[in-house]
Amino acid sequence: MTSLLNIVDLCVKFPTRFGEFTALNHVNLDVSAGEIHGLVGESGAGKSTVGAAIMGLLQSPGYVSDGEINFMGDNLTALSDDAYHKLRGQRISMIFQDPQTSLNPLLTVANQLIETIRQHADMSHNDARKRAVELLEVTGLQDVENRIDEYPHQFSGGMRQRVVIALALCTNPELIIADEPTTALDVSVQKQILELIRNLCTERNIGIILITHDIGVINEITDRVTVLRSGRVIETGDTATVLGEPEDDYTRALMAAVPRLDKRLHRFKNIVSDDEFSAEDASWRIDDASADYASEWLLEQRALQQSKTSNHKSESQLLEVPQISGTSRAPIASLSDGKPRNIEPRNIEPNNSKPNNSKPKNSKPRQAILSVSELAVTFYSGQPSWFGKKEGFKALSDISFHMQPGTVLGVVGESGSGKSTLAKAIVGLVDPSAGNMTFRSETLPPGSARTRSHPVRRQIQMVFQDPYSSLNNRKTVEGIISEPIEFYGLATNKQEIRKLVASVLDLVEMPQRAMLKYPHQFSGGQRQRIAVARALVARPEFLICDEPTSALDVSIQAQMLNLLKDLQEAFGLSILFISHNLAVIRQMADNVVVLRNGRLIEAAETEQFFSSPADPYSQMLLRETPSLRFLQAPI
Amino acid sequence: MLKAWHRLARENELLYLFLNNRVAQLAALIALLTVGGAALSPVLSPTDPYDIASIDIMDSLVPPVWSDGSDERFFIGTDDQGRDLLSAILYGTRLSLFVGFLSITFASVLGVSVGLMAGYFGGRFDAFVMRIADVQLSLPAILTALLIDGIARGILPREQHDSLMIVVLTFAIGLSLWVNFARTARASTFVERNKEYVQACEIMGMHPVRILLVHILPNIMGPILVILTVDLAVAVLLEATLSFLGVGVPPNQPSLGTLIRIGTEYMFSGEWWIVIFPSAMLITMIVSINVLGDFLRDAFNPRLR
Amino acid sequence: MLSFIFRRLLQSVFVMLAVSLIAFSLFRFVGDPVAQMVGQETSIEDQENLRERLGLNDSLTTQYFRFVGNLTKGEFGFSYRTRQPVSEMLLNRMPATLELGFVSLIISLLAGIPAGIYTALKRGGVIANAILITTLVGISVPTFVIGIFLIYLFGVELGWLPTFGRAGTVQLGWWQTSFLTLEGWRSLLLPAITLGVYQLTLTMRLVRAEMQDVLKTDFVKFATARGINYRSLYLNHAFRNTLVPVVTIIGLQLGGVIAFSIVTESVFQWPGMGLLFLDSIRYVDIPVMSVYLVLIALMFVVINLMVDMLYFAIDPRVRLKAAHG
Repeated sequence: MTSLLNIVDLCVKFPTRFGEFTALNHVNLDVSAGEIHGLVGESGAGKSTVGAAIMGLLQSPGYVSDGEINFMGDNLTALSDDAYHKLRGQRISMIFQDPQTSLNPLLTVANQLIETIRQHADMSHNDARKRAVELLEVTGLQDVENRIDEYPHQFSGGMRQRVVIALALCTNPELIIADEPTTALDVSVQKQILELIRNLCTERNIGIILITHDIGVINEITDRVTVLRSGRVIETGDTATVLGEPEDDYTRALMAAVPRLDKRLHRFKNIVSDDEFSAEDASWRIDDASADYASEWLLEQRALQQSKTSNHKSESQLLEVPQISGTSRAPIASLSDGKPRNIEPRNIEPNNSKPNNSKPKNSKPRQAILSVSELAVTFYSGQPSWFGKKEGFKALSDISFHMQPGTVLGVVGESGSGKSTLAKAIVGLVDPSAGNMTFRSETLPPGSARTRSHPVRRQIQMVFQDPYSSLNNRKTVEGIISEPIEFYGLATNKQEIRKLVASVLDLVEMPQRAMLKYPHQFSGGQRQRIAVARALVARPEFLICDEPTSALDVSIQAQMLNLLKDLQEAFGLSILFISHNLAVIRQMADNVVVLRNGRLIEAAETEQFFSSPADPYSQMLLRETPSLRFLQAPI
Repeated sequence: MLKAWHRLARENELLYLFLNNRVAQLAALIALLTVGGAALSPVLSPTDPYDIASIDIMDSLVPPVWSDGSDERFFIGTDDQGRDLLSAILYGTRLSLFVGFLSITFASVLGVSVGLMAGYFGGRFDAFVMRIADVQLSLPAILTALLIDGIARGILPREQHDSLMIVVLTFAIGLSLWVNFARTARASTFVERNKEYVQACEIMGMHPVRILLVHILPNIMGPILVILTVDLAVAVLLEATLSFLGVGVPPNQPSLGTLIRIGTEYMFSGEWWIVIFPSAMLITMIVSINVLGDFLRDAFNPRLR
Repeated sequence: MLSFIFRRLLQSVFVMLAVSLIAFSLFRFVGDPVAQMVGQETSIEDQENLRERLGLNDSLTTQYFRFVGNLTKGEFGFSYRTRQPVSEMLLNRMPATLELGFVSLIISLLAGIPAGIYTALKRGGVIANAILITTLVGISVPTFVIGIFLIYLFGVELGWLPTFGRAGTVQLGWWQTSFLTLEGWRSLLLPAITLGVYQLTLTMRLVRAEMQDVLKTDFVKFATARGINYRSLYLNHAFRNTLVPVVTIIGLQLGGVIAFSIVTESVFQWPGMGLLFLDSIRYVDIPVMSVYLVLIALMFVVINLMVDMLYFAIDPRVRLKAAHG
């Protein structure tokens, strides 16, 4: 295989107001024709910067300070901008993550293709059009002749990405850089696009650099891979070797943090902890504030709660599953669980493991903490048309399930499946249009009917997806965490409140000094921990986590999931865990519920679900998710 | 001391940008001087041009000290009524700024409140407000201001006219500018409203007023601040224009616009100072406000960084 | 598509009704129409008769509808000040204002749009910065000061152009135009520039801001990555996408032109509608004031409708949305 691209010792710097920031530090990379080379790393690693540097499109004021980018013998760093621009598209192409914003909304797909083709080749309009049609067919688009004259917004996400790929291909480049090409797409479409890329690469003998943070994707289609961290190359080599038998500690830790689709780990071990807090931060403390203090305080609530109810035991009960499509399910054994914690819980009995039960238990759910029955949510679009009926969009239809206290229920689905709507309905942001919900045997009124001081507003708390919008940027962390305490009247003494805030921060493994700072001074993972602290401090019994780690890097995600698990076990929280990532669900959930287009497709106990899913849709999901299935588990 | 500034600058991005932008600093300085001078005008100016008793018509049209026929009492000359021009400019600036600030305060309080509510509650309130805004936007500011002025003239009895004129003027300008604030506040509120921290408050059961004031308002201050500055310049411009047209401040309390109008009449016969100095002052003031407005706009625009 | 047009028309009618309500209120409640129209010697009886004849004793709603009806028929009543029919006065003055507005708009667009594109592309260049500074001054200097300055420079000092008034007009039917004589153009020039400067700077800054935003979008990045030549990139891809917001603001600016014409006409003693309006304010000539109000609102509404139609032509997403209801 001929060597296409040979990057030697590349250094890229960005002058900022804090001094010069080195984005890439002596990076080396080799790509041959016909090879798919993966570039993987967490955020800030510099993966996109490498791509931009190769294209000569570094965002100003970034610049190449050292090194060479050799492409088929020419050193690109020595090129003038004009010469560089001639290469772009012609010999090297790049595609971006979001197909929605990558296409000019005002031009038809045909126009954009024809323009690109004629830019680099001397062709008549009609010839160019013919080529465009051919290309779109190659990328798998249907009914091309008619659709080619449509506008981008008339296509779905997956189709748009195919158009983008066609655009990148239409000039016959030798190298294509794909920057997170499937991250914005659904699982089912993702696999197809990846296959498309693989085929194109092999058929046309082009080199492809695939930039991604998703290790599952790397495993699925790349031949070789380079691992980046903070602008440095950590490891490089054949994919199977690097992922399966990593040499570097970091790579090993990275692999250990990837949630596995094939089995459930109790905790993620030996992962990289990315927190580097200064000595000043670490040593600042408030008197008597500690994680233990926080857990005592949080458990007080639980003790109060438990003395009220008749049943003191908090064993994880069996999940009673309503009949779906005629198949009956036997109730499933509870999970065995009993690892010691580093936090001393009180009043929580260790879970007893039960032997497999073949007799079905009675179908009435006992002590279910949350019951949802025939829940439906329909959204009506703004203005009714002149002729009467309002058009409704059925976000959820006929959803029914029960959740036992102290368990984690995973809710899985692709985008548009209604997962978030379910969360919003439970928490009161959205009113159900049919069905009802019960919380701890009392009816849960729809959001608009809930009074402002309804107890359930404290008992159910939520952790959101986007760490950058879930915290009020204008408040200090102390202000953010103390707000629920003051609002719910859980403590009134100012000193006490400060102590609590510091303690809870300790509990979520953040330095106490964080309370003096503002959210923007923290990274995504740290912010998410602050969000968890905020949710915890209200002493909830029920936590809804809506994609809490989807925006986080793999190692940070692992940290976060560990934390959530610890907290759940220590405080016996019931958690509704929403995610589109099956592997994460496997790690976190006791039971699983699958949603698709607003309907409940399947409900089962986790291990059962993952070893033999019943519904074809679930099977498809499991099959299509890019994963590390074929690798040995590092210990 | 410097270290503390540095640390503050690192934390606060706005301060950092400001400290590195000479033009903005210059503008801020000029603005400060202008406001300071205007506020201190009773102290600084040699005479009180609003005191009719102190003006002698025989002193009219005296040129500045460096020309022939000047009078050392009047540094840059006098106008057609015999008022000392320097004093008149100082007092006039104060009046212009006073009207400007007052009308902007009125416009912003009204506009931001309405915008917050419209953006947060949406629905019919929002639609209603937007219709009103549409109607108002179909009439340019100056027209609205003129109109209100005219109505006031028609309604109010003649004697109280002069003393109420400033109130009317403030009201007129404020009413013509509130829509800008409302639209900006509404747009920003729309964005913030869908953010998760607001959802967290709603889940908690917080009262909407508290959510709006404690949570959303601080987060939309950026764009509001920009509009505040830009519209301050517009308000001052409007006041000057209205006074120029003769429908602004009362004639015996001239603002910069009035002086310029007087100056126009005498421009052709050679008494150039009456038009030049007030114009220079007006332009300087507005330019510095606009520069600051531009600076703020760039500073708050996340995409430009 | 049809429902879209229909809805917009409905909105426009609503706006017009609201404005006419305001105008009507002006008419009825500010000052006493009868007192304005009669002399001091008229007997109470005659005044009462007049009141009756004018229909001032009917219910408010009846009066309102009559008012609106009159408006649509083009009967605008009589000026308190000159006793002439308002419609005649306005018609007389309209060509002057419209021609002035038109020319200044052309100036502002022809200079403003290219300047905006240029300064967006050549950030930090010497010429670009010079243009920026000039425009900063442009929006800071009040229109009347510009006018005065121009008069002083070109009229007094250099004596090239007339300092006030509207000379060299030719009568075409009821329309008096300045366009046909050199003298007409000469007297039009200064006022048009004065009026145009503010609009020009606004347009330029807006185009610049939008261009800068668009240049940062993904699709421009992608087009660059495909090697599309710069000229096409800037014009076909970038600029085209700035059109929608730019068209909006230009539409609104037409309003600014009409508004600021008041000031310009005052400075240059240009016999247009603006000057008429100004006089009506000074003399509290309600009929003129209220009709002017309604006319301006009408102009705006029409402009807004046209802007919406333009959106249709430019942005396919609007077409699709409209097609679906």
